[in-house]
This record gives sequence, structure tokens and C-alpha cells, in this order.
Amino acid sequence: MTRDRVARVALYAVLVLGLLVVVGPFLWMVLSSLKPEAEIRSVPPTWWPDTLTLGNYRDLFARLDFPRYFFNSALVAALVTAGNLLFCSALGYALAKLRFPGRRALFLVVLGMLMVPGMATFVPQFVLISNMGLANSYAGLVLPFLAGPFGVFLMRQFLLGIPDDLLEAARVDGAGEWRIFLRIVLPLCKPALATLAILTFLASWNNFLWPLVVATTEDKYTLPVALALYSVGQNQIYYGLLLAGAVVVVLPVLIVFLVLQRHFLRGIATTGLK
Amino acid sequence: MPKERRRLRRAVTGWAFAAPFTVLFVVFSALPVVAALAMSLTDLRSTDLRNPFAVDFVGLDNYTRLVGDELFVKAAGNTLIFVVVGVPLTMAVALASATGLNSGLLRFKALFRVGFYLPAVTSIVAIAVIWRFLLDPEAGLLNNLLGLVGVDGPNWLGDTSTALPSLIVMSAWRNFGFLMIVFLAGLQGIPVDLYEAATIDGAGRWQQFRGITLPLLRPTLLFGAVVTGIGYLQLFEEPFVMTRGGPLSSTLSVSYHIYNQFGFGNYGYAAAASYVLFVAIVGLSVLQFRLLGTRGDS
Repeated sequence: MTRDRVARVALYAVLVLGLLVVVGPFLWMVLSSLKPEAEIRSVPPTWWPDTLTLGNYRDLFARLDFPRYFFNSALVAALVTAGNLLFCSALGYALAKLRFPGRRALFLVVLGMLMVPGMATFVPQFVLISNMGLANSYAGLVLPFLAGPFGVFLMRQFLLGIPDDLLEAARVDGAGEWRIFLRIVLPLCKPALATLAILTFLASWNNFLWPLVVATTEDKYTLPVALALYSVGQNQIYYGLLLAGAVVVVLPVLIVFLVLQRHFLRGIATTGLK
Repeated sequence: MPKERRRLRRAVTGWAFAAPFTVLFVVFSALPVVAALAMSLTDLRSTDLRNPFAVDFVGLDNYTRLVGDELFVKAAGNTLIFVVVGVPLTMAVALASATGLNSGLLRFKALFRVGFYLPAVTSIVAIAVIWRFLLDPEAGLLNNLLGLVGVDGPNWLGDTSTALPSLIVMSAWRNFGFLMIVFLAGLQGIPVDLYEAATIDGAGRWQQFRGITLPLLRPTLLFGAVVTGIGYLQLFEEPFVMTRGGPLSSTLSVSYHIYNQFGFGNYGYAAAASYVLFVAIVGLSVLQFRLLGTRGDS
């Protein structure tokens, strides 16, 4: 018994320490972003801000164009999410419930693309988007991400679990496939659609390489691009400004994650272990 | 023929649902994979975009140039180190925390799970900014904490011997939570009576871990290793934000090199480098299926 108790206390100690190491940097980021630059650089550092200030945030929003970047990130993520919900659920339905020639091959190609990293395709994608005259445009930022393989996989897996009888009954009643899709299939898919929406929005919000390549003027920057370029573009680093910028990128995501965590964990369970 | 007509109708309906996705997907995802290969066999440069006839087929020249490109070789070496050290480290931390959380004598399990997973959902760029601050030689939290116990911390990101290890530790910090969730799901799939039987047979905790947990978790572990490996092979944001690939290219990664070459306008050359990376990633995935397949049969 006592050995068990010692083991348990040790386990708690290690886990709490681990939690501190993982969550600590985020708290440190928020606290430091509320300090003036001189205090951030003071040695030894202050834990709680001596001078609590929103100056870094004021600079971020008034002197730099962060409202613009925030809007760009949100717009791009919203469009990408809408596209994926629409296109992936339609294809997922076709793959799971309809028989048509080429179905298997199509699924295999989509599945294969899950492996292809953005790094491998961004050069030809950029050439394509440039030749379409869409470099440095919202369309250019969004188009390559509207139809992602992950969503097809997720929707197909979910739809395979929905009994055919339900759809057959509707067919016998004379409902067309579009009607069945809109009135029966989509409402049944709500949990999967929610998971897909959250994961897609998040991936787009955090996406870096493509917006870095496509957005060539500041008015098209997304938040991560702006943050990264400010971070490397300065001769002298202003940590206060950068940390406030990091808070603006991270905080909305953390809030959404904490509220909707089960959707994230379900997403992992579906994709990771099938 | 009503049967023929029904089949035709089915095909039309099926493709009507599939078409919007397929068109976008083929144009913006599938064709670029083929185009990257084609481009890697040419001397395409950014200045040729308006003048496609200036582009020449150069065969495998770009690939032979890669082998002789000191920076590419350096980047490949760095990336390899990042993967070979980073993956086992991340897996070990993830497995340890998953086993800890699964040991059953714990309350607040959900709190730990969410907390450890937190960095995985946040932007790598933002995390790189935070860590750059944490690792600052003077103002950074780490060296100030080390100072409390009398240790004079190094200039983590400014020294060739500590820059890459710093990025490795940071990546393990960010990614172990995801793997932990995956491993937890795997652990919960192991029947409890196996452990009970082992306890009756007098097997200790460590013996049970080696004799039951590890072998039964093998597919999950393998999956975790491959997913993490694929992610780590694409290392880019961290050196971009934190070190600019330095000092002395000690944190230059293959992806960063590809991006730089693209920035210089060497599209054909960048495409060749990206194809090498792509093949490495496919190779890793194939290896996973092979390993899983052979074990699954026996």
C-alpha cells in the first residue's frame, strides 16, 4: 500500500512538472507581452509585470497592420473550410454510398495524396497560380486548399457507418440523390462535419509555407506570415511586439481548442487509428 | 435496355457528386505532383514564366547538381539528424506520459491530456517566436533559471553545437502531446486480463511493460514513428523564424534550402530538391506498411 502511495505521489509530481514545462511558455508569453520592452529585457526577469501595459498590443494594431492580417487569416480559413465541407462531403458520400465506374481508383488517388507534403508541390502550384494571374490574391491563397484529401477520408469513413436501409427507404419513396444528400445524409453527418470544420479551419489558420510564397505584398499577409517576417526582418528584436503578435495568433486557437477539445481528439482517433 | 440505362444513370449521379472535388483536386494537387517531376528535369527559372520557350530539358542535371551542392548535403545531414534524434525522443516522452496517464491511479487525467496536447494545435511560427524568447542568452527564461542554480547557460541558438539540439527539444515539446493521445488510444485497446494474468504469474511492472505493452502497441508505435518522421522531414518554420538556418548553416533544413532556391528563382532546381524530399517521405510510408504487413501475418 505504502509503495503504491509513493509511486502515485511520484507520478503526480512528474506529471505536474511536465504540465508546467508544457503550459508555462504560453503563460510566460502572455505575461511578457504585457510588459514594456525594457522590463522584458531586465535581468533577473520579473514574474508579474511591474508595469502592466497594453502598449505592445496598441503598437501591433495601430502602427503595424495586424487587424488586416487577422482579417486575411480569418477570411482564408473560412473560405477553405466552407470549400472542404462542401466538396469533401459530396465526394465522401459518392465514395461510400454510390456505385460508379472509377470509384476505387479515385479513392486510391485521393488517399495517396494524403502522403504528399506541401513542400513537394508548392513550386508547380506557384507557377500555375502565377500563370492564372492569381499570385498575391485571395483566390490564389485559397484555391489549392479547397479540396483536401483528409476531408474525403474522414467523411467516407463516417458515411460507411450509416446504414444503407435509411437511404434505400428514401429512394423507394422517390427521393432523388441530391435530395437524399441534402435532407438525410448531411444532417446525419453533423458530428463528422463539425470535426472536419474545426480541423480544417485550424490547419488553414496555422498554414505558413503557401501564404508565405503567394502573398507578396503586406495587404495579403496572413498572421503567421506577418509574424514570421517581422520576426526575421528586424535588426533589433522587439520581443514585446513579437510576443503580443504570438498571443494574437495563438489565443483564438487555444480558446476554440479548450471549448471544443473532444472534436480534436475525435479527429485524431478517426485519422490516426481508423 | 432499362438495366443499361440504370447503370448509366448511376455513373452520372456518382460523378456529379465527385466532379467538383475531383476537378479542383486534379488541377491544384494531383497535376502539380507530376509537374514537379517534369519541372525538376528542366532549367526553369522565375524569369522564364512569361517565356516558356526559353526552358530547356536538362535531364537529371539538377539531381547531379544536388549531390555536389554543399549546402544541400549539409541540409540533408541536418534534417537526417533532426529526424533520427527527434523521432525517438518525441516517442519516448509520449509513451512515458501515455503510460503514466493510463496507469489508472490518477485523477485529473483530462486536465493532463488537454494540457500536454495544447502546443500541437498552435501555430509553429508563434511557438518559434516564444521559444526564441525563452532561449535568448540574456533575457531568456531558460538561462535565467539556470543562473539561479549557478549555471552559465550558452547562447542556445547562436552556437553551432546547440542550435540544432535546441530545435529538436522544442519539436519534441510541441509534438509529443499528439502522439500521447494516439498511444493512449492504443493502450486502452490492450485487454486488462493480460496484465492481471501476468501479475498472478509474478511479473513486475517493468516486465509487463516489456512483455505485454510494447509488443501489443507495436502497430501504434510504428504509426506514430512514421507520422512524426514525415512531419520532421519537412522541418521549416522553426529555423526560418529562430535561426535563419544559421549559425553557419547548422540548422539549414532541406525544406529551407528548397524555399531559398525557389526564392532565388531556381524553380527547376528547387523542384528537384523537393522531389528528393517527397521520395524520402514516400519511402518512409512504404516502410511502415511493409513492417506492419509482415508482422501482421506472423
